[in-house]
Formats: sequence, structure tokens, C-alpha cells
Amino acid sequence: MTADLDASVRIDVTVNGRPRSLEVRPHHTLLDVLRDDLGLTGTKECCLVGECGACTVLIDGVSVDSCLVLAAEADGSAVLTVEGLASGDRLDRLQAAFLETGAAQCGFCIPGQLMAAHALLAANPRPSRADVEEGLAGNLCRCGGYEQIIEAVLVAAERLGAAS
Amino acid sequence: MRAFTYERPTRLDDAVALLAAHGPDARLLAGGTDLIIRLRDGTIRPRVVVDLKRIAALDGDIREADGALRIGALAVMTDIAADARIRRDYEALAEAAAVVGSIQIRNRATLAGNVCNASPAADTVPSLLVYGARVVVTGPAGVRSVPLDEVFVRSGVTTLAAGEIVTAIELPRPSTRCRSVHVRRTRRRGHDLASVTLTCAIDTDGLTRLAYGSLGPRPLLVADDTGLLADPSAPDGAKAERLETLFAAASPSARSMRASPDYRLAMLHVLGLRAVGTAIERLARGSAG
Repeated sequence: MTADLDASVRIDVTVNGRPRSLEVRPHHTLLDVLRDDLGLTGTKECCLVGECGACTVLIDGVSVDSCLVLAAEADGSAVLTVEGLASGDRLDRLQAAFLETGAAQCGFCIPGQLMAAHALLAANPRPSRADVEEGLAGNLCRCGGYEQIIEAVLVAAERLGAAS
Repeated sequence: MRAFTYERPTRLDDAVALLAAHGPDARLLAGGTDLIIRLRDGTIRPRVVVDLKRIAALDGDIREADGALRIGALAVMTDIAADARIRRDYEALAEAAAVVGSIQIRNRATLAGNVCNASPAADTVPSLLVYGARVVVTGPAGVRSVPLDEVFVRSGVTTLAAGEIVTAIELPRPSTRCRSVHVRRTRRRGHDLASVTLTCAIDTDGLTRLAYGSLGPRPLLVADDTGLLADPSAPDGAKAERLETLFAAASPSARSMRASPDYRLAMLHVLGLRAVGTAIERLARGSAG
């Protein structure tokens, strides 16, 4: 009576503003589908247990570890990945600030850091240093570039404040 | 991850029927922050995963109902930590929810899932125990409400029947003014599972309730109704002795992963005394905040 285990599930999602209709396997995570089906490899696969944050994306504006979300669960939602931050050739404020402060060392964790920072600034446009530390606490950096990453977020927040 | 069928019922009855039909081959999915890790590492191999998030009768609302605060089964840690009523009346629960995992985890992990997963180290459970939480479940036999303290058996095992689904967690209104605090010990600053997780609540009648986890197969609730622990002028030595008696059932496993049994026991007493002190201070300061 159990349906075919190979059966796929159809989902409708908006990824980085573009509506997509996809056939996904039930046991594939959102991370799998973003990287392998959509070729959006900016979102990184790393610990796969929700500790490192390298796979952070936003679902309906909320930051999640995409390794712990089934693709099928994302049906009907809007997903934002690091590829959706820039407009054409123009980097967004966070990306520019990360470059200027030297926040990217090896770069592997940076897409996740950017997405966590994006969610933080959306909820709290003028964060304190402590707010940034807590806001990015779910994102590990093996290069140990935390100081520059925190500085980048504070710089971006300042510019956001100055521009508004 | 091994293949499975994904079911997304919209009616609670359909979810109950799926559980009845598939028995141990079905698993429930809410936030997924524990489940998906175990699906991936193969410790569980269900044929059917039942996603609860489209069931019309389930929600993540936090609202007052019948003299209790009802927390819907889909409420996530971020909601619990931010809710004004929880921060005011059940502050230790807000504190505990705020230290579960990272923001990304708290945005997905549900309070009900933390209960059903039945980890001895579950951070929100000691707070729920001191507040006398009840778990509302729906199953083949209908709806029932169970005191949380009767739910836990050992790690991963509860007294809930196989076909039952938690629909809400209810916190009774405190009858007298009560202040509480959640404390924990971890290996490092930052995100970690707790080596000791403990909540203390003291009310104006002098009743002190303590609940603690990560020191045995299940979280434990104890109470001191002598007024000794709640007495601001009682010496620490006497309180430490009282805690010694209250914590007698703590039995950390010799195979425990994050800290040795001796360390856990030592820290339980340190944190217990510290939490009693903080709850007394909060009670003395008056209103919450």
C-alpha cells in the first residue's frame, strides 16, 4: 500500500525571484536540489548536521540550514540563495563590505555567512556587535576570519543606515 | 539518505490514519532538525515520512485558552523565545528556547519536537517540567492530555502511543507569583549540547521546583516545599545539603559523551545553587523584566 519509493514530488518554488516548477525526490534536501538540480552551487554542503551554517538560505525571509529541510517542504515558498543577492553585476552592500574588509579568506563559508547576515539586517538594521556575533553564531569559519566578517556586517549596516 | 515516501496530509485524522497504517515504518516530520539528521545517518529508516506542517488543525500559535497558555505543535524556538507572554510568565522557557542550536536551527526546531525526541539533554524540557506543562495528543483513541512528567521514559522513548500526535503543549497559569531561570553547562561558549541543563522556579509561597537534564536517561523534576531553598537568608551550606538530597536520583551514564559523570554531578550542584540564587534575586526585584 506504500506508494512507489521512487515517486517524485512536484513542488512550486520561487528561487531568487524566479518561479520554478520542479520534480524532486522526497529524500532530497533543499540543499541537494539547489546544487544538483538547479546548479546553484553557491550554497555549500559541509557538515550536514546543522552545525556549520555553510548551507544557509532564506525560506520566506527566514534563515535555515538547507541540509535539514527536505526540498518537498519548500513547496509554495520563496527561497533566496547567495546567487540572489547581487543585482546583475552590482554586488549588494553586504557582499561589497565583505570584499572591502577582507572577510573572505578561503571563501567556503562566505555564502552562508552572507545569508545569515542578510537575515540579521532584515530583522535588525542597526545591530550591535553582540547582535552580529549572535546572528552569525550558527556559521562557522575554519579560516578564523570572524573579526573581519563581523566588521563587514557592521560596515554594511552603517551604510544601510546612512542610505535610508 | 535512503528513499522514502513523502506524505503531506491536510487533516489530522489522515495523519493519525497514516501512522496506524504504517506503524513503525512511518515517522512524523515537523521542524526536521533532529529527524533529517537521523534519516541521513541511517539510524532511522522509515518508508513513509509524514509532514505535519500542512495540517489545518495544527498551528504554531501561542495563545491563552482555558486558563492555560497553549503552544501549538508547530511553534518554533524562535517564536517561543520572542513571545511576550512567555518572556513574562515563563521566562526560563524563553531563556531555554533561546539557547537551542543556532538561529537557523531555532527557526525550524519545534518545542513539541524537542519533547517528542525525548533527548535527556533537551534544553526546553526542564522549564516545561517546572511549569507543570501538559502535552495534548490526538490518536486513534481520541484526544488526551498528559502531564509532561509522565511522558519521558529514556532517551528517545516516551509513553506516548505509537499512533499519537502531539497537537499542543499547555502551560497552566501560575497560581502565585513565580520567578524562574534556566542555566546550562556546555563544553564551550557558543552552540553546544548541554552537559547539564537545569531550570529553577521559586514562587512567593516558598515552593522551589527544580528540573534538570543530561544527568540520566530522562529529565527529572524535584521540589522543595520546606521553604529552605526559597529563603534568601538561609545559608548556602544548608541549601547545598538540601540540593544533595533533591538531586539523589541523578545518574549520569558512564558512557556519557560530553562530560564525565563526576563532572556532571559536580556541575549539577553548582548550577542548582546558582539558579536558586538567581530565582530569589528575580523574585526580590519584583515584576519580570
